[in-house]
Amino acid sequence: MTKDKQERPETAAPAIQLKNISKSFGPVQANKNISLTVNSGTIHGIVGENGAGKSTLMSILYGFYKADSGDIYIRNAKTSIPDSQAAISAGIGMVFQHFKLVENFTVLENVILGAEDGALLKDSLSKARRQLQELSTEYELDVDPDAIIENLSVGLQQRVEILKALYRRANILILDEPTGVLTPAEADHLFRILKNLRDQGKTVILITHKLREIMDATDTVSVMRSGEMTATIKTNQTSPEKLAELMVGRKVLLNVSKSVAKAGDIALEVKDLKVTDEKGVLRVKGITFNVREGEILGIAGVAGNGQSELLEALGGFRKSQGLVSVYGHSLDLESPSGQEIRDQSIAHVPEDRQRLGLIMDFTAWENIGFGYQHEPEYSNSWGLMNNRKMRKDASNKMEKFDVRPSNIKLKVRNFSGGNQQKLVLAREIERNPDILLIGQPTRGVDIGAIEFIHNEIIKMRDEGKAIILVSVELDEILSLTDRVSVMFDGNLVGDRITRETNARELGLLMGGETD
Amino acid sequence: MKKLPTWIDILLIPLINLAIALFLSALVVLYIGEDPMDALSIMIKGAIGSSYGWGYTLYYATNFIFTGLAVSVAFHAKMFNIGGEGQAALGGLGVALVCLMFPWPHWILALPVAIIGGAVFGAAWAAIPAYLQAKRGSHIVITTIMFNFMASALLVYLLVNVLKAPGSMAPETGRFIEGARLPTGHDMLGWFGIKFSKSPPVNISFLISLLFCFFIWFLIWRTKLGYEIRAFGHSESAAKYAGISPIKIIMVSMLISGALAGLMGINSVMGESERLVIDSVQGAGFIGIAVALMGRSHPFGVLLAAILFGILYQGGAELALWTNIPRELIVVIQALVILLTGALDNMIRMPIERLYFKMVRAGT
Repeated sequence: MTKDKQERPETAAPAIQLKNISKSFGPVQANKNISLTVNSGTIHGIVGENGAGKSTLMSILYGFYKADSGDIYIRNAKTSIPDSQAAISAGIGMVFQHFKLVENFTVLENVILGAEDGALLKDSLSKARRQLQELSTEYELDVDPDAIIENLSVGLQQRVEILKALYRRANILILDEPTGVLTPAEADHLFRILKNLRDQGKTVILITHKLREIMDATDTVSVMRSGEMTATIKTNQTSPEKLAELMVGRKVLLNVSKSVAKAGDIALEVKDLKVTDEKGVLRVKGITFNVREGEILGIAGVAGNGQSELLEALGGFRKSQGLVSVYGHSLDLESPSGQEIRDQSIAHVPEDRQRLGLIMDFTAWENIGFGYQHEPEYSNSWGLMNNRKMRKDASNKMEKFDVRPSNIKLKVRNFSGGNQQKLVLAREIERNPDILLIGQPTRGVDIGAIEFIHNEIIKMRDEGKAIILVSVELDEILSLTDRVSVMFDGNLVGDRITRETNARELGLLMGGETD
Repeated sequence: MKKLPTWIDILLIPLINLAIALFLSALVVLYIGEDPMDALSIMIKGAIGSSYGWGYTLYYATNFIFTGLAVSVAFHAKMFNIGGEGQAALGGLGVALVCLMFPWPHWILALPVAIIGGAVFGAAWAAIPAYLQAKRGSHIVITTIMFNFMASALLVYLLVNVLKAPGSMAPETGRFIEGARLPTGHDMLGWFGIKFSKSPPVNISFLISLLFCFFIWFLIWRTKLGYEIRAFGHSESAAKYAGISPIKIIMVSMLISGALAGLMGINSVMGESERLVIDSVQGAGFIGIAVALMGRSHPFGVLLAAILFGILYQGGAELALWTNIPRELIVVIQALVILLTGALDNMIRMPIERLYFKMVRAGT
């Protein structure tokens, strides 16, 4: 598929030219004087840490924000984009990280939504059906037009989003973190589609923080750092290390160094654990494992194979059956409580920090005590909060974990995803628990912070804590854990010593090829 | 990073909303054929132009403070307590029973027990919908509305069949004894030698309501329970993650809410009518919703909004007395205020936000 990256003639008119775009929100300058040229018929990657200004720039291009100054040229014609309608008519299509689909409509209905030709749907639907047919043969974008969205896999839903853009005659397709929710196989398929689109003359802008994807899929890459465009380079003339350095502004260790684990006593023991979800589906089908002091157990697997439910059950968020014992003390699985978990010195960094881990409308300092409001340092026996102590604690912990901005009075909603994650980690790790449950520790976190988070986790292990790490990132599992169990369809299908296995073997186990 | 200063958020924006509501009402007044400026001046003079007017305004405001606080507390837990009306009616019953049952020698003894009586009865009336929500998931809006009707029916039954004073034709209890009579504004200011009109019903309950504004502020922002209530209100799933029991928070916040609504009884039943009459609440439970909305569920905002609605209420009564404008116009103004502060808040908020940040940027 990488056949002719170099030979491709760069057609005369660039698809997009941005000239000196600036945008600020209050005192924060999100984009500073950004100039960028995206050539037609290329896949152009944009990388940068969270909060570097990638999303703001794309939102300006798609008409969600208006730039304070600067011009946009589409195919050499100066264009103003006051709203998304204007972006669409300029031939720009956007696929958001969180899909904008009506779950109980069919694919076809979603595609025409907002682009109907008249009051009656029949003509639009049959026209769309014809066009979908053509698009699917042309670009390998097969989706059943009559399928209901909520029955489709995430990968297929994403294809519907792409179809929606193409149906609106998009020539320039912007994808924001498209692989965040995809399995490795789905991601590969997506990149095949994108290359296909490029070969047919479309222009693709790919926003991501995963350097491997940039290296695999793009022709050109632009790097953003704190609101500025720091470099635009041909992808085949750079390397992941160099890109990481450009993004962070200093040299970054992409692999953590750690000593061999000195595993001690069994800290947490799980026997025949079964977890049923809200719909009554058995998601964890009776698994047994244990974790010892001073080791990191990784739970690998493609998202949706029961790892989330396992973690939530261990974290006291979800009912389960079986036996979970902490240093010999059995937990109440019938009526679980986050409080009991914390009393047993278990800390839980949930996978979904925005839904579970944080109160988004609370300030940073209020979130630092969240879950620990009963602790004597935060409230006395009369039930009065010690807000001053909590604020002081917040300053210290936020400084230690380098949460930016360091303003403790800012609502958590206004922090970037990576900094939100650092807040949760600061809260849970600094409690110094005996057992740490941690889900997707670096999801949506920028490279500079990943290094820091990984080192903190290793440090906890070396202090003799037991750690369970659930991650869908194979690289993370391989570089961080001491033992790894692969979860597939609610069962643990393989236990490995991390040192003695590799990505290929784990990949096969994740696909259901059991021992 | 976007955040408006507090004074714009809780003072300026509601005032602009109010101004728009008044302007639209002025159009209605014009249509009726009266002069809007005259009407406004009668209203304002009638409400705050004399100690007589103030006496009524603050009496109404006291009712609205209690019911507004009730709605606010529940709102912090994302419970929409529509049942203030019924809870206040039951609270009134509790207050009346306390006043009738014992031979009170002095109001100082009667008032604390009446407060407990009103609070317990109001809380009890809120407890059943709260339990149904917490345990069975029955929607609190539906159940509390139904409980308003049940409260009203229950009071009619009790007043007609059980509590009616012997020999009386009216469905109301006998008058409370002297020892259960609360000092009025006239009495209290008289202690300091200040003259105040004798007739309006404002009484010591107004000071009690101010005390409760402070208590509720303290509860919500300074205690662990308040912290948990707010956390639960913002995100139920996160609260559960933190080990906060949803059942406990729903029950506790609704009990506090019901108790606050019930406390209204000390003002209306004990302070004003000095007996229990049919429909002692007179819609104050519903106005509490508007007050809480306009006050953005903050006790200080509730206090200001309650006084504003007190002014509207008393001014409206004056308006009906002196002009051809029907008393119902006040309902129109209230409706407009609720519409603008509740439903159309962003209509005003967004342009002001934009203007403010433009000015900030120009200033720096």
